[in-house]
Amino acid sequence: MIANVSIYEILTVSTLLFFIGLYGFLTRKNLITLLMSIELLLNASVINFVVINKYMFPDFLQGVYFSIFIIAVAASETALAISIIINLYRLKVSVNVDKTETMKY
Amino acid sequence: MERIFFYLFASIIIVFALASVMSHKILRAVIYLLFSLLGIAALYFMMDYTFLGAIQMAVYAGGIIILFIFSVLLVHHVEGELEQPTMMRRLLMGSASLLGFGVVISIILNHNFVTVNASAKSTEVSEIGKGLLSYESGGFILPFEVISILLLAAMIGAIIISKGRKNV
Repeated sequence: MIANVSIYEILTVSTLLFFIGLYGFLTRKNLITLLMSIELLLNASVINFVVINKYMFPDFLQGVYFSIFIIAVAASETALAISIIINLYRLKVSVNVDKTETMKY
Repeated sequence: MERIFFYLFASIIIVFALASVMSHKILRAVIYLLFSLLGIAALYFMMDYTFLGAIQMAVYAGGIIILFIFSVLLVHHVEGELEQPTMMRRLLMGSASLLGFGVVISIILNHNFVTVNASAKSTEVSEIGKGLLSYESGGFILPFEVISILLLAAMIGAIIISKGRKNV
């Protein structure tokens, strides 16, 4: 744990980060910036896992394992989403959410 | 001393995250996101999880941000302006986010977290590796294998999707 810093302060930071990401997710229209907001949300949850592991159960490592899994899932999700976005740009010449409203079938 | 550094890193995280979701230029938004993620890595280093901080820097700063920059350069002009949301939408979504923040933070501050005084020993990387590969109860071998399959599937899927149709 960080000396002289309580768990509430770090949880406040992560909550603030989560809702900043939510604000970005709700206001942006560009697909790449939407993806960046999702990264902020995932990072806030990872901070929560790590902090609660460190402050409440310092003898276990479960929070660290979950953080590693979340980071792996975030990386694969970003790679897939960016390949989809680039393919979409080839088809529609735009990456705004309001231009991509038709489905294949 | 630690308190000063914690507040420094926390303000870096929050300020750059705000700049990232509000920036007018998309490449700058990506770089602000990079600084925010590096601040989070610094928090992990301060909490003595050095391995996790190293992963955060390698995967996010090294991998994901580079992917974002590549895709921005492929899809946008570098100096291209982002379409700004209307004032109405900004106010509505901002107040919704603030409301959610108020609810969650009041729940957190009213909940009594039972913290223990942490032992001084720091986590070894070998401990994390042994836990990830252990078969006993509390071991994480099955999720570890599932994650490896997921990474393989994501890699193949990304190649197939971005290759497009054959005759295009």
